[in-house]
Amino acid sequence: MFDLEQYVDMFLDESKEHLDNLNQRLLDLENDDSNMEIVNEIFRIAHTLKGMSSTMGFTKMANLTHKMENVLDDIRSNKLNINTKIIDILFEGLDILEEFVKNIENEGSESDKSIEDILNRLEKIENIEDTQLDDVNIQNEEVEDGYSYINNLVTKAKASGLNAYDVKVTLDESCMLKAARAFLVFKSVEEDGEIIYSNPSAEDIEEENFANSFDITVITNVDKNILMDKIKNISEVNEVQITEIVNVEMNGIKNEGYQSNDSNVKNKEIEDGYNYINDVVNKAKATGLNAYDVKVSLDESCMLKAARAFLVFKSVEEDGEIIYSNPSVEDIEDENFSKSFDITVITNCDKNILIDRIKNISEVNEVQITEVVDIKENDNSEYQEKNVETNIKNKKEPKVSNTKSNNEIQSKQRKGKTGKTVRVDIDRLDNLMNLVSELIIVKTRLEDIDISSKTQNMNEAIEYLETITTSLHDAVTKVRMVPIERVFNRFPRMIRDLSKELNKEINLIMEGEETEVDRTVIDEIGDPLIHLLRNCIDHGIEMPEIRKSLNKNEVGTVKLSSYPDGNNVVIEVCDDGAGINVEKIKHKAIEKGVITKQQSLVMDDKDAANLIFSPGFSTADKISDISGRGVGLDVVKTKIEALGGIVELETQINMGTRFIIRLPLTLAIIQALLVMVGNEKYAIPLNNIKEITNIDRSNIRNVEGKDIVLYREQTLPLVDLGDVIGVQKENVEYSEESTVVVVKKGDKDLGIIVDQLIGQQEIVIKSLGKYLSGINFIAGATILGNGSVALIIDTNSLF
Amino acid sequence: MVENTQERYVIFKLKNEFYGININYVQTIEKMIEITRVPKANAYVKGVINLRGEIVPVIDLRKRFNVESSDYDKDSRIIVNKIDDVLVGFVVDSVTEVKEIDQDNIDYSIVDEGFNDGFIKGIGKIDEQIIILIDVNKVLDN
Repeated sequence: MFDLEQYVDMFLDESKEHLDNLNQRLLDLENDDSNMEIVNEIFRIAHTLKGMSSTMGFTKMANLTHKMENVLDDIRSNKLNINTKIIDILFEGLDILEEFVKNIENEGSESDKSIEDILNRLEKIENIEDTQLDDVNIQNEEVEDGYSYINNLVTKAKASGLNAYDVKVTLDESCMLKAARAFLVFKSVEEDGEIIYSNPSAEDIEEENFANSFDITVITNVDKNILMDKIKNISEVNEVQITEIVNVEMNGIKNEGYQSNDSNVKNKEIEDGYNYINDVVNKAKATGLNAYDVKVSLDESCMLKAARAFLVFKSVEEDGEIIYSNPSVEDIEDENFSKSFDITVITNCDKNILIDRIKNISEVNEVQITEVVDIKENDNSEYQEKNVETNIKNKKEPKVSNTKSNNEIQSKQRKGKTGKTVRVDIDRLDNLMNLVSELIIVKTRLEDIDISSKTQNMNEAIEYLETITTSLHDAVTKVRMVPIERVFNRFPRMIRDLSKELNKEINLIMEGEETEVDRTVIDEIGDPLIHLLRNCIDHGIEMPEIRKSLNKNEVGTVKLSSYPDGNNVVIEVCDDGAGINVEKIKHKAIEKGVITKQQSLVMDDKDAANLIFSPGFSTADKISDISGRGVGLDVVKTKIEALGGIVELETQINMGTRFIIRLPLTLAIIQALLVMVGNEKYAIPLNNIKEITNIDRSNIRNVEGKDIVLYREQTLPLVDLGDVIGVQKENVEYSEESTVVVVKKGDKDLGIIVDQLIGQQEIVIKSLGKYLSGINFIAGATILGNGSVALIIDTNSLF
Repeated sequence: MVENTQERYVIFKLKNEFYGININYVQTIEKMIEITRVPKANAYVKGVINLRGEIVPVIDLRKRFNVESSDYDKDSRIIVNKIDDVLVGFVVDSVTEVKEIDQDNIDYSIVDEGFNDGFIKGIGKIDEQIIILIDVNKVLDN
C-alpha cells in the first residue's frame, strides 16, 4: 500500500500555511468585498487544500473545502453576492479546518467533530443562487442593493452597446409542461444574451410555481425584434411583450427574486477583451503616455529565453507597464514560445529610447516597435482579462513607473519565494546553532589558555577564529529570525470575532509586523499577546454608548506595534479605553489578600497598576468568556519572563492602557557577567545589568527585613545572591565593601551582592530541561570554556 | 510473541542491593564528572552535568530511594537515561553488567502501594540473585 505517512508533516506545514493565508484573505475580503482578486485567491487556497486533504485521505477536510469552494465559485462567477453571513460561515469553516489540522498533528487523524451542520449551511448558501434569495429575512438594504445591482448591470450593458429589455412571456393556457417551455425560453434568450432578473424566480419557474406568464430582464446584443421572433418560435408561447429598459423601476422588481447571473455577461466582455485594452490605451493616451506594440525577437542560439524575456519585461517596466503579452506571461515564463514575443506597452518614454533599451539586453536580436492606434481583435486570443482590470485600477496616477499588475507581482513573489526559501526542520537549525555554540565554547577555551603560553601566531589565530564565530553566529541567528508578522497575522481575525461578540467596534492597528524575532519567541509569544489583546478589548475598551458619552470616538482603537530597540525587541499593546482604575485595583487586591491595607496606602499608582499581574487577580465584575477568569495576566507575565523578557504597563484613566513587552533579540547566545558566589560560578545576563559598584557595608540599612542602601541619591534595595540560592559560606570573611551588581527590570533597580567578579563572556544559553523547569532564579545553564557548567541567574525573579 | 519474554537490564548497585533498569531507557553510562549544584531543586537532584554539550540533570538514586548516602568513589557511575525525550542521569554506586531477565523470572506481585514509594516495578531473579527492577517514570515523579 502507498504509504502517506511520510507526507503528513509536509501536509501539515503546507496546510497551516494555506489556512493562515485563507484567514488573511477572508479578512481582506470582509473589508473589500467587491475585490474578485481576493475571492479568486481564496478559491485557489480552498482548492489546494481540497486536493491536499483528499490525497491524504482526510475526507472531512476534503468535503468541507469542497463545499467552501463551491460557494466561492458561485461568488466568483457572480452567482452569489458576498455578505457577512457568507463570510462568517467561511470563517467557521476555516476554524473547523484548523481544528482538523491540529488534530491530525496531534493524533494523526481528523477529530470526530461532525461537519454535517456546516456542510448543510454551506449548501444552503450555495443554493440561494437557485432559490433566488427567497429568504424571508432578507434585509431591506440587500434588496435595495439588488435593485441598484440590476440598474448597474443595465447601465453597464448599455454603456458597452448592449441592449436591455423587459420581456413578458405568456404561455398557452393549455400548456402542460410550463417549466419546460420556460426553460426553452431561457435557453433561447441566453444564446445571445443574459437573463439578469426573472419574476417569478428561476427556481419557482423551474418548479412550475407560476400561472402562465413570467417576466424576465434580459441583456443581449440582439435586436428587440429578433429576440421577439426567437421566443415566439418556441411552441406554446402565446404572447411576448418586449420593452426596452430605460431605467429599472424599484417597484418593478419583487423582493423574492432578482437573478444575478451576470457572470456570462462578464465572460462575453472578456471575449471582447480588446475593449479593455482599447480602454487602457485610450486612458493612457489621454494622460499623455505612449502606447506601443513591441515585437521582440531573441537570438536563435539563446539558451535562457525565459530569462531574457524577463529582462525585457523588467527593463520595459522600469518606466512603463506591460498591459498585454502574446504569448501570455505564464507561457513566456515557462518558455512556451519560439523566439519572439509581442507585448503591448504603456510607457512615458519615447519609442527610440525603448528600442535602445531593449536592444541593450544581450541575445535580443530584433525589436520592432509600432505605436498603437487601435488593437485588432484577433490579437487578443490569449489576452488575460484580470491583468488589465487591475492595471486600470493602478493607472489612476499618470505616473506609471512602478505600477505592476497585482497578478504579476503576486506570481513573481511566489516565484521568488520558491526560488529563495527552503523549508528547514527547526531541529536541524537547532543542531546548527548548537554546533556554532560549541565553536564559541572552544574559542572561549582557547582564550582561557594561560597567557604566557600564547605566541603571537596563536593570538592572531584566535582573533581570526573569533571573527569567524561571530559572523557565523550572526548568520545562524538570522536564519532563526522570523518576522513577527507570523504571530500578528492571527489577530485581525480574533479582534473581528471579539468585537462582534462584545458589540464593541474596534479598530486594530498593527505596526512593525516586519520586526524580526527569534523563532522561539514566535512560538511562545502568541498566547501572552492574545491575553493582552483580550484584556484590552474586554476591560479596556468601553461600550460604544459610554465612549460616546465621554466624547471619545465610538470605535475603540487597539494598537499592536513592534520595533527593535538595541538588543531588545519591544512589543506594545495599547488601547484607548478606560484605563486602569488604581483605587479599584487596590481595593480588589486587599480583598483578595494580595496586599494589606497598610501596603495599599503607601503604594504608588504604578505599583498598584502592576498588581493586575499578581497570581489569581481579576477585576472583572463579571466573568466572561473572553477574560476575567483570573488566570490572565500573571500567566502573561510568567511566560514573558520565561523568555527572558519583561512586561510593563502604563495607564491613564479614560485615556487607555499600554502594555510594553521587552524581549531579548536573540535567546541562544548572550553576553554575560560571570560572578563567584561561595565557590560556585554564576552568569548574569549583561543586558540586565545597569552597573557594577562597591558599597560600604556600613551604609546598608535594614528596613522591614529588607536591605537597602542609599545610592546615587536613590534607595537601592539589595539582595545577597548567596542567600537567595542557598550557598553555604565556608570562609566568611567580612570585608568592608561588598561588590554589588545593579540590575534593572523596567524602571526598577536592584543591587545584587556577589562575592567576586570574574568577567564578561559570551555564553550560550542552554535550557535546564523539562525536568528542572520549575526552578526559580535560574534562567538556564551554560557551559564554560573548561567544560564545567555555570547557571544563569534570572535577575527578574529576584525583584 | 516469543521475543518479548526476555528483556535486557542494566544492573547496578546501591549499597548492598542490586537494581535493574530497562536497557531501552539507557543512553550512556558515564564515570563521575563535575556536577553543578542547582539551587532550590529537590534534595535528591544532585545538579546538572555537561554531557558533551548538553545540560543533563542528575538524580542521586541513593537519596531518591532513601538509602543512606555515601561519598562517590571511583566505582560511582552516572547512568544517563532518556525518559519521554528527557535526558536524566542517575548516580549509582556502581554498574555491574547488562543481563537478560526472562519475564517468567520477574515477580510483579510483590509490588503494592507504599512499597518503597512505588519506585519498584518488580523483582527479577537471575540464578537466585535478586534484582530490584525500578520504574523510571516514578523516579522522575515529584
